[in-house]
Amino acid sequence: MQTQELREIAVQVRRDIVRMVHACQSGHPGGSLGCTDLFVALYFQQMKINNRKGKDTYLSFNMDGKGEDLFFLSNGHISPVFYSTLARRGYFDVKELATFRKIDSRLQGHPTTHEHLPGIRVASGSLGQGLSVAIGAALAKRLNGDKNLVYCLMGDGEQQEGQVWEAAQAAPHHKTDNLIAIIDLNGQQIDGPTEKVMNNRDLKAKYKAFGWNVMEIKDGNDMDQVIAGLRKAKRLTGKGQPIMILMKTEMGAGVDYMMGSHKWHGVAPNDEQLQTALNQLVTTGTIGDY
Amino acid sequence: MTKYTFTEKKDTRSGFGAGMTELGRTNPNVVTLCADLVGSLKIDTFIKENPERFIQCGIAEANMIGVAAGLTIGSKIPFATTFANFGSGRVYDQIRQSVAYSDKNVKIAVSHAGLTLGEDGATHQILEDLAMMRAMPNMTVINPCDFNQTKAATIAAANWKGPIYLRFGRPVVPVFTAPDQKFEIGKAWMVSEGKDVTIVATGHLVWEAIQAAEILEAQGISAEIVNIHTIKPLDEKAILKSVRKTRCMVSCEEHQANGGLGDAIAQTLAKNFLAPQEYVAVNNSFGESGTPAQLMEKYGLSAKNIVEKALKAIQRKQ
Repeated sequence: MQTQELREIAVQVRRDIVRMVHACQSGHPGGSLGCTDLFVALYFQQMKINNRKGKDTYLSFNMDGKGEDLFFLSNGHISPVFYSTLARRGYFDVKELATFRKIDSRLQGHPTTHEHLPGIRVASGSLGQGLSVAIGAALAKRLNGDKNLVYCLMGDGEQQEGQVWEAAQAAPHHKTDNLIAIIDLNGQQIDGPTEKVMNNRDLKAKYKAFGWNVMEIKDGNDMDQVIAGLRKAKRLTGKGQPIMILMKTEMGAGVDYMMGSHKWHGVAPNDEQLQTALNQLVTTGTIGDY
Repeated sequence: MTKYTFTEKKDTRSGFGAGMTELGRTNPNVVTLCADLVGSLKIDTFIKENPERFIQCGIAEANMIGVAAGLTIGSKIPFATTFANFGSGRVYDQIRQSVAYSDKNVKIAVSHAGLTLGEDGATHQILEDLAMMRAMPNMTVINPCDFNQTKAATIAAANWKGPIYLRFGRPVVPVFTAPDQKFEIGKAWMVSEGKDVTIVATGHLVWEAIQAAEILEAQGISAEIVNIHTIKPLDEKAILKSVRKTRCMVSCEEHQANGGLGDAIAQTLAKNFLAPQEYVAVNNSFGESGTPAQLMEKYGLSAKNIVEKALKAIQRKQ
């Protein structure tokens, strides 16, 4: 898929995000918008995904993920971007996005396997657990002789959880070189700027010291840079070390009034704000709102 | 009553180790993880025979639980092993989200449960784990009673689809159940039939219950002993059938009275058939250092205590 098409899908995913969060008046738009370009690049171009379709025309989803790349979202609160990406990629009907966070929905506030939503492989939301699960999945791939990759996205605030560092130590120890982890460096968390709430200091030096091959994506909201970064990361796999991508993003990217502040971490736009956002997120092609 | 004898004493954790050795040879999907306690968990043979299927996790239990959850995604059957204290309370949230809520086929196999861990003292003597694990939706909880039952439970756990908390202990205890027995998860074992009082016991307390029943028999009291190795799902049918006959009971466990086997049974009785119930369990306190025998005596978990509680339960009938 061409980069221009990816950009177009990213705009549509951003429209989905603000509409989903607006519809239920809850959820986390800021981090979702910031990570949209990564999700679209991964699911529509960079990840190897089983493209077989089931009888219902949706992608057939196998929990064990043999023969394909796997993605784990550790910072589960950015579920809107995950759900929209999965629906747009063909795992389920985009109309189902309207049920987000509502009663009897498969689209729970935080992602879960419990309601059997295709595309989700583990529950996340309580922070700090995703990297451990990704390591386990990567080790299973090795045991199964499956050469495909495992991706894991974490938040930067999430780096304050102790379990992250247990996992950070374990991945290089077990030489999980089929694992690409990504940290969304948006510099914000609920109580304010990350460096004020609990300074992560030099994550690059930390992960290097733990034994990771660390690289950067300077602007995670520039599709070209995201693609180039993911391509580079894939080239670094299979060399005895796990790969860590430190990816700078702008929280709320694409919606001007949400950008650059922690205030839109977990707040929904009102009717007027939604309209303002949608006016800024204009698609040119054929994809439309759910 | 049915007579039970033993020719040797062995630790239940060695029963787990023997089960893992067999699984290592028969089930290529079984993977073992451990948090720096390989010798204590008796998994040396599994590791020696299947080095590629062992993942040393170091002293990092939270990560171990997550790694185990991830392994299931590649269709592996991971046994995450450590002490009961570090495999329950310490990692409750990891088990809750990454294993139970995510419905991952992880077996959390933990040793050194309860007071009989002994000299290390209360920091390591978890007496709340059954309560925690019983409260968690989607979790199966098993507490076998001797070497043979633990080995059988371990093999049964690998063949059961879904998360399991398998709890066993450190000290050597009589081996009195059949070798290579059939182990059915969720199914009580009728140890000995009787008519005056039901004694329901789990784990190390089953042997104590047998000894208590012998003392009671000498006093002309016929006790029925039911072994509940699966705390959850609880074999309510077997318990109710016995208590409907004897009309009173004693529950015995190496665990807090709060939230354990006794409370699970009390819930069943309250809903179905009211009968006096006495608890042989730790009464809202932490343990301490000492030999296993001294601790079981001091905290009221010996055959003598079961006898006292049985007599009290009988007295409370009608």
